[in-house]
Amino acid sequence: MEKLLKDFRPGEIGMVRNVKADGKIRRRLFDMGVTPGAEIMLRKVAPLGDPIQISLRGYELTLRKTEAETVIMEVSE
Amino acid sequence: MKFALAGNPNSGKTTLFNALTGSTAHVGNWPGVTVDKRVGMYKKLGEQIEIVDLPGIYSMSPYTPEEVVSRNFMLEDKPDGIINIVDVTNLERNLYLTTQLLELDTPIIVALNMSDLLAKSGATVDIAKLEKALGVPCVEISALKGNNLQDLMKKAVAATKEKRIGWSVVKDSMITDLYNEVIGLYESTDMTDKAFHAVKMIENDELEIVHNLEIQEKVNLLKEDVDTGIFQGDYEGVVADARYKNITAHYSSALVKKENTGLSTSEKVDRVMTHRIWSIPIFLLIMFGVFHMTFSENLFYLGGLIPDSFDSAIFGSGKINSPGIILTNILGLGTGWIDGLISNALPAGTWYTGLIYNGIWGGVSAVLGFLMQILTLYFFIAILEDSGYMARVAFILDRAFRRMGLSGKAFMPLVMCFGCAIPGIMGTKTLENDAERRRTIMLTPFFSCGAKLPIWAAFGAVFAAQYSGINAEFLVFGTYIFGIAIAIIASFILKNTIVKGDTQPFIMELPTYHSPQARNITVLLWDKLKHYIKKVTTVIVGAIIVLWVLQSFNFRFEMVTDSAESIIGTIGRGISWLFVPLGFGMGENGWIFVVAAITGLIAKEMVVGTLGLFGGIEGAEGIEAGEIVGTSLGVLMLGIGGTIGGVSVAIPAMLSYMAFNLLSVPCMAAVAAAAGELNSRKHTWITIAFWMITSYLCSLVIFWLGTLIAWNPIIGISVAVALVIIIVGAIIIREKRNSRKALALL
Ligand SMILES: Nc1nc2c(ncn2[C@@H]2O[C@H](COP(=O)(O)OP(=O)(O)O)[C@@H](O)[C@H]2O)c(=O)[nH]1
Repeated sequence: MEKLLKDFRPGEIGMVRNVKADGKIRRRLFDMGVTPGAEIMLRKVAPLGDPIQISLRGYELTLRKTEAETVIMEVSE
Repeated sequence: MKFALAGNPNSGKTTLFNALTGSTAHVGNWPGVTVDKRVGMYKKLGEQIEIVDLPGIYSMSPYTPEEVVSRNFMLEDKPDGIINIVDVTNLERNLYLTTQLLELDTPIIVALNMSDLLAKSGATVDIAKLEKALGVPCVEISALKGNNLQDLMKKAVAATKEKRIGWSVVKDSMITDLYNEVIGLYESTDMTDKAFHAVKMIENDELEIVHNLEIQEKVNLLKEDVDTGIFQGDYEGVVADARYKNITAHYSSALVKKENTGLSTSEKVDRVMTHRIWSIPIFLLIMFGVFHMTFSENLFYLGGLIPDSFDSAIFGSGKINSPGIILTNILGLGTGWIDGLISNALPAGTWYTGLIYNGIWGGVSAVLGFLMQILTLYFFIAILEDSGYMARVAFILDRAFRRMGLSGKAFMPLVMCFGCAIPGIMGTKTLENDAERRRTIMLTPFFSCGAKLPIWAAFGAVFAAQYSGINAEFLVFGTYIFGIAIAIIASFILKNTIVKGDTQPFIMELPTYHSPQARNITVLLWDKLKHYIKKVTTVIVGAIIVLWVLQSFNFRFEMVTDSAESIIGTIGRGISWLFVPLGFGMGENGWIFVVAAITGLIAKEMVVGTLGLFGGIEGAEGIEAGEIVGTSLGVLMLGIGGTIGGVSVAIPAMLSYMAFNLLSVPCMAAVAAAAGELNSRKHTWITIAFWMITSYLCSLVIFWLGTLIAWNPIIGISVAVALVIIIVGAIIIREKRNSRKALALL
């Protein structure tokens, strides 16, 4: 099933299917390891509701929901 | 022989650089940008080995100044070798940069750092396997413990003896054919680093294309026949994907992990520190602690327990001072001693005594007066930074800061401004986006710095002694809060008007928590101290000498005895009408306050001293606020603003005066620092104009609102409330409209 990374709940795990952002943001996400096939777990949401913290490739990354909205994930039901 | 040290942020680069180069390091700037350049020497192998610390980067993409600097250095300055430092506990992400460095023809050695942590976690790394896959030597080190560093350098030197040809992991990917053809196009040129250039060309890298337009045309033709699947012609994506695929396939298996046993310590700490509910109280508590330890004269509020007989010039009397104040007191004893020496050595009343004692030494000692507090503040912030907590602060606060058009990363530089605007402005380096950096720099004066505190303290003491309704501490505290409120309003206005600009992406690594390292912190403090002293001695002392000349001579360059006749006195009287609308320019002594405010634009530590000079008290900048009460200076201060219709407007004029000093140009050294970071004459002038206009308008409003309240409290307070409602309402409406626009765009 397809789901946006933005809509993940804490603890939810999925695999990146595609990244829809443009230009610099897209490149930045790729550079940080958010590439198709990468496994991502949503670790937590910041106290004010944004940004989010994800765990991938053995490290922790934070990004805003506006960026997470462009990451299309594959999750098993 | 010259080595470049390259690696991801948080990989331990600074630690390794410090360990290798010791005290030989010096800091400069890369040409044209404000990225720090650090160069040092490694001497343990007999020959002189120069080590250039490149900025920490995740990639060699052409987007950030750090990346461009590193790239240009490797391609153009051609170091003899690259030491690629890799955090072995975070191998996958770190090797991504390594796959890019391998494309260069430069000899490379991979330093697998943090091997002590790896061993502790029970994991091991198969060096032979890794070396085979990468084709370059790898050495396990611990930069922190100093393990294997000599071995690393020996192998690094040995590696430079062999010729290396770069290669790319892209040769085994979905675009293998394309890659081979593009490499073929570069074969006919005499360029070095062909693999690097070929990959960049495939990626449509803007820096690559401009230099090789003909090749680009051919490559575009070749690309027409390539199917890139889900990437739909996005070659940056294809290449990044190829790198990570290659890393997972070949290198991840070199890392043998122990079965995962629950949460790591770092994760446990993080659970609490960024907890949904507790994170904010914890953050506030930590910040309160930092300020308490730096500025408080009553440490841990133990005053009640300490007998009044306890009286120490260093530790406080009747209470215990915080470390920041204790250090200040110690330094104060030293400067006091030097002060005595100088004033005894120089004959009274000569022009050079004035220059040396009042001018140069006065300036230096005023700056030294709060140097220790700045250092203490820096010390605590450096601990928070080195431990990894500051990245979490950015995470916690980002949402709130973003509404104001700033990023969570702006928190640290702005907090530094409570010590001094100069390190704060220099700290904006870490902000990636120009517009965000400009906005942050423009807000720096509003965070009341150490040099301004004596002004608030003096007015607080004098007015509290006269008016029972005024509490000195409350007035000082209120000034800080007022500054923060203005910063919030100003940031909303800035992002919608003069410094518009896209909100920058916020994609940031949250490093694992480390216990802070004494060595890193001392090196950092020493760096800052050197920077600071340099700025201060050049700009501030220069400015103070100029000021002394302006106060001591008239326009015919004759020394004056009455400062009112001096150049600055004459100017002050000439332009004081400009400040009549702000209240403090009114009255027969209005020009004195104007002159002091102008000297404040040059250096805020001079304001009280200048008031004292005209108010008949020598060296007023050195005496305690409470001792001003009842002196001729105190009387002068109480007369600020004169009268309107026979009624004193001293209180509104005083508030207006404080606001003006708080919000206007902080000092010449800050202007110089801002000019350095803004890197543009135009933006520097805009920033100065913004400070002047903001301070003028705010003081104007405060004075007339205050006068109105004094005249008729009901009308006055209603108007004040209405004004606040209008401002807050306008911001809310504007924000609503902005978010609707953003939605419409989606
Ligand atoms: N345990 C351990 N910690 C290290 C080692 N090298 C660096 N660190 C810590 O890792 C953190 C980041 O190091 P730093 O040198 O500031 O990284 P940089 O951002 O790459 O310059 C600091 O807290 C260091 O103390 C190491 O070899 N072992």
